[in-house]
Amino acid sequence: MSRHTRPPRLFLAVVLILASLGQAFAAPRLNIEITGGIEAAQPIAIVPFGTAEGLIPPVDMAAIIGADLARTGRFKPMPTRDMLDMPTTREEVDFRDWSLLGMNNLVIGRIEPDPSGYRLSFTLFDVFRGTELANSTLVSTKAGMRQTAHRIADEIHEKLTGQPGVAATRIAYITSTGSGADLSVTLRVSDADGYNPQTIVSSAEPLMSPAWSPDGQRLAYVSFENKRAAIYIQELSSGRRELVASHPGINGSPAFSPDGTRLAMTLSKDGNPDIYSLNLLSRELTRLTDHYAIDTEPSWSPDGQSLIFTSDRGGSPQIYRMAASGGPAERISVEGDYNGRASYAPDGRSIVMVTRVNGAFRIGVLDLARGVKRLLSRGDLDESPSFAPNGAMVIYATIHGNRGVLATASVEGGGSQRLTQDSGQVREPAWSPLKR
Amino acid sequence: MAELRIGRLATLAVILLGMNLAGCASKPAPMPPTSMSTPSTLSRETTTAPAVESIRPTYAGPWEDPASPLYERTIYFDYDTAEIKPQYLSVIRTHARYLGNQPGTRVTLEGHTDERGTREYNLALSDQRAESVRRFMLAEGVPANQLATLSYGEERPADPGHSETSWRLNRRVIIQY
Repeated sequence: MSRHTRPPRLFLAVVLILASLGQAFAAPRLNIEITGGIEAAQPIAIVPFGTAEGLIPPVDMAAIIGADLARTGRFKPMPTRDMLDMPTTREEVDFRDWSLLGMNNLVIGRIEPDPSGYRLSFTLFDVFRGTELANSTLVSTKAGMRQTAHRIADEIHEKLTGQPGVAATRIAYITSTGSGADLSVTLRVSDADGYNPQTIVSSAEPLMSPAWSPDGQRLAYVSFENKRAAIYIQELSSGRRELVASHPGINGSPAFSPDGTRLAMTLSKDGNPDIYSLNLLSRELTRLTDHYAIDTEPSWSPDGQSLIFTSDRGGSPQIYRMAASGGPAERISVEGDYNGRASYAPDGRSIVMVTRVNGAFRIGVLDLARGVKRLLSRGDLDESPSFAPNGAMVIYATIHGNRGVLATASVEGGGSQRLTQDSGQVREPAWSPLKR
Repeated sequence: MAELRIGRLATLAVILLGMNLAGCASKPAPMPPTSMSTPSTLSRETTTAPAVESIRPTYAGPWEDPASPLYERTIYFDYDTAEIKPQYLSVIRTHARYLGNQPGTRVTLEGHTDERGTREYNLALSDQRAESVRRFMLAEGVPANQLATLSYGEERPADPGHSETSWRLNRRVIIQY
């Protein structure tokens, strides 16, 4: 017990910032609620995994895999209570039963003890053909069981859709509680299902704009902890971080190039918000735009050859594209009086952005070849869209019940979810790359 | 005339501040006040003042006096523009004149936006708002070394609501002494 019952607020704020640097704390997790899209989904049965005699695994693998697949909006896992039979080996499977229950696919598995924790084997079947589609054995530590379940879900997803799954990826986001002198802001990273949230940094001043490095090992972000905006890059495993931009004026919108060697950013040190590129190896800073209007929110094309950004040089905020080395920019958003914060889909064929429609800020996907825009959200103040690394979903920030929450939407339509925290505001989600 | 009045009211400001030293922070009323604020109003305001102010010591000055022309320290803006509205030119000029006579006094021009639109665009917009006020003050003869800017975008709203009632209070530049 401290004898100092009420430390001065300044002292407390400094301690909180220092204490949070370099180590991660457990934090309240995000609760995911499926808000749409299961009607058109494929039926799949994931049978509770069998276990060796006396073995009690720490998590329900089948439940985690089922929830992961349900969240994609493409699968509708069968409730365990509806199962007539719970086979755990191939010999116990009767395909006619599963076929009568209307299942397209069936997953069975077993958990055995292993010196390092558990050994898991699973098999994915095509029920109609009665054939095996995938069969794997994985070794997992006790603590890594949820992650192992996510990897199995991703393998099933890839086998059935041809597209990598994203259950084993992570999400970075900003949370805040209070306001004014009681403001408390954190940057957190959780698994894609909201579990295992870690506080990366916390501060009594705003934090903004988390951006993943392409290897998923580091986050760039904007922090006002020194009473003005500065950009840091922090390594997640060690908590080590580095101040990379602290120029006079704003230091914002960090974006790693796809090869990880450069960080695009917005600086106003030369009098006006313009886009710059910092070479992370040589530390050379290159100015890419020079315009009296606002130029900000740079985002790299997947091939690293060009950047898209928001500019109000034409009178309203619109999306422009220029070469990664700078030079002339062409406008690529055509409709609407406000388009901003665009980023490329992983295949580079479309971009997701914030677009104003009849006064409401919504998330739109613009097909670059056809110039067609499609809306993914229905809120009034939706923002900060980020593609899942397989391009199938977009996560964004919205307001629900007067609180900032996160939401996901399937790009093809259908699946959607809401991610909320028990208290406080959640915003600025950034979906990690596939590698971790 | 103005200087005389400021001198007399500065004394009052010292007294008012003394009553609120515990908070050690201040913030202008959401809208330009039409009458004297009571100490209790000021005290309530301290609870919503940004942390940045609670850390920096605030010295008594005429801008703390609700009756002083310097008390009005917030310039409000229309949506998505950094253009200073004509009715605020006199407010900025009043501060510019004061700063011109007080070479030792520095101010931070703190730019903000409402929540509409994207966060980083708003950070840039708030920077342009602060810069608009700075340029106007420079044109009014205030030396550059007395002026700093700080841009918060939409991150520190004066009012957290999600309608125009709140938004109009959040599109602002505060002249922080």
